[in-house]
Amino acid sequence: MTVLVVVAATARDPRFLSPQTLDSVLLWLPVLLVVALGQMPVIVTKGIDISVGSTVGLVAFSVGLIGKVNPSLPVPVLFASGLALGALLGSLNAVLVAIAKVPPVVTTIGTLTAFRGMAFLVAQGKQIDTNNVATALTDLGRNGVHLGPITVNWLLWLAFIPGALLAWVLARSAIGRTVYAVGGNPVAAALRGMDVKRILFSVYIWSGACAGLAGVLYLGRYGFVSAASAGVNLELNAIAAVVVGGVPVSGGSGSVLGVLAGCVLLAVVNVGLSVLGIAADWQLLAYGAVVMAALLVDAVGRRAKESSVVAA
Amino acid sequence: MSRRDLVPVGLLAIVLFVGSRLSARFLDAPYLLDTLNLYVEAGLLATGMTFVIVCGEIDLSVASTTVLVACVVSKFLGPETNPVVLVAMSVAIGSLLGLVNGALVTIGRVPSFLATLATMATYRGVAQAWLGPFSAKWPVMKGLDRAHLGNSPVPWPPVIWLLVAGAAGLVLHRTVFGRQVAAVGTNAIASRFSGLPVERTQLAVFALSGAMAGLAAVFLGSRLGVVRHDLGRGLELDAITAVVVGGTSILGGQGSMAGTVAALLLVAAAKTAMGVAGVKPEVQVTVVGVLLVLAVLAGNMAGLARRKAPTQA
Repeated sequence: MTVLVVVAATARDPRFLSPQTLDSVLLWLPVLLVVALGQMPVIVTKGIDISVGSTVGLVAFSVGLIGKVNPSLPVPVLFASGLALGALLGSLNAVLVAIAKVPPVVTTIGTLTAFRGMAFLVAQGKQIDTNNVATALTDLGRNGVHLGPITVNWLLWLAFIPGALLAWVLARSAIGRTVYAVGGNPVAAALRGMDVKRILFSVYIWSGACAGLAGVLYLGRYGFVSAASAGVNLELNAIAAVVVGGVPVSGGSGSVLGVLAGCVLLAVVNVGLSVLGIAADWQLLAYGAVVMAALLVDAVGRRAKESSVVAA
Repeated sequence: MSRRDLVPVGLLAIVLFVGSRLSARFLDAPYLLDTLNLYVEAGLLATGMTFVIVCGEIDLSVASTTVLVACVVSKFLGPETNPVVLVAMSVAIGSLLGLVNGALVTIGRVPSFLATLATMATYRGVAQAWLGPFSAKWPVMKGLDRAHLGNSPVPWPPVIWLLVAGAAGLVLHRTVFGRQVAAVGTNAIASRFSGLPVERTQLAVFALSGAMAGLAAVFLGSRLGVVRHDLGRGLELDAITAVVVGGTSILGGQGSMAGTVAALLLVAAAKTAMGVAGVKPEVQVTVVGVLLVLAVLAGNMAGLARRKAPTQA
């Protein structure tokens, strides 16, 4: 699907297939990738976390403010505080979903508005500007590893860390296998003595922590944070990337590489729209259409599988 | 009215009292009644949402449906249009958009929170791609909110909403269809084995929710006179909150239309009181979100207590 979009975009405008475009795709990728990596295990357990866009906004602003007040803080401390704040916000979702048994969509639509409101309260009508952000942090988006004409920026390398961690945990560790088991059939998992509550708790904290990390990456990428717009609709992108990446909405399976591919597709679509000169007004429709298409493909696939089982 | 309906009514009384302490001008009947105009759209969405949630589903796309309907109507209908045609068309387009949600859920078997999240983006996305940064003129029936009932201070739109909600309440609580919605929401599998038309019931509740969103577009357009793609953001939160605070179980199966109406009046009064107290709209939204989560929590606690009670007895 990504190849299709690239071919179509190049046919419309040969400029699309240039190192500059690739650089913009690579720069667009890190924030989305990390949020999507957070979302993936949640969707595997048949849940959803709509609050991540607001988490990114709140963390980006708060960490920006911390850096503004203490300009001498080293960059790793900024990352640590972003992770911690994100995990803290995620733990609120975790308590509500895993312990209080509030449905995930209701929990996270509530925290979506609560976290956004908190960002407004923290911001007090002000913004974080580039000159408030440590250059060491914004340089992570400007510099990177040069591979021929393209630059793989440091933010993307940082985004690969949770990716590798998640891939390893899901494929190799007991807790990862339990995530799949809980997603496949929560009742059976509970009957086999698996701690369903602990798994649900962990995936929402993981999602929050990833969104926290993405908040710091956002700060490094843009250097500018407004409480009103930072991370808005990001949850939609992340859910689209996960579903397009082949994680079935019925839960129980899905791979990290698929999520990466989904993110690349969305990044290409996004950068492609602007290279082709299509107004930003079409973005929301593009995201919606991508999710719809993915849901339909998933649904058709499921029906085909079910009917073949019946036929056999 | 059941005992659970009394919770939002009690909270409403508290909010009105607190509001009257905040500002001497808050407890002014004509002011409060005119303010209700701002919540007619949310009220209609909550009316449809009650069916969806009692059926065990959720509809996140309602606000986007309202905006898309308003956009289509103002693009296609001229100032000479008969108001009846306009209302009929709005409701019809809204139902159609609701049917798409229903088809995704029943035929596609996509969980409703994902299906309606996708259409929430798609419907508003279409409106945004269509209108761009511009606004479209609403064709007819402008200023419906300034029409009052005779010489009374009661504006028409809230009255129409209450009539619609009353009829919807009769359908939910007194008809076979209403019982089917509750049965499917209690246990869809058992309902199927009992021979109930599960898919048709689910399709119907999404179509009904879409129809209410279409009707809401009429009031939104007539009140503002112009339509923009970014109108009505977050209306789905007000609607879902009203339904859940009104005592409808978020897990489906049971609900009360009277509770939804009372809870919506509560949300309206709370937001108005916060406005009087100088609380910014962004923060008001947060309070509504917290109210939603607290209401579900309270419902879960009550459910747990009820389940535990027989074993202790």
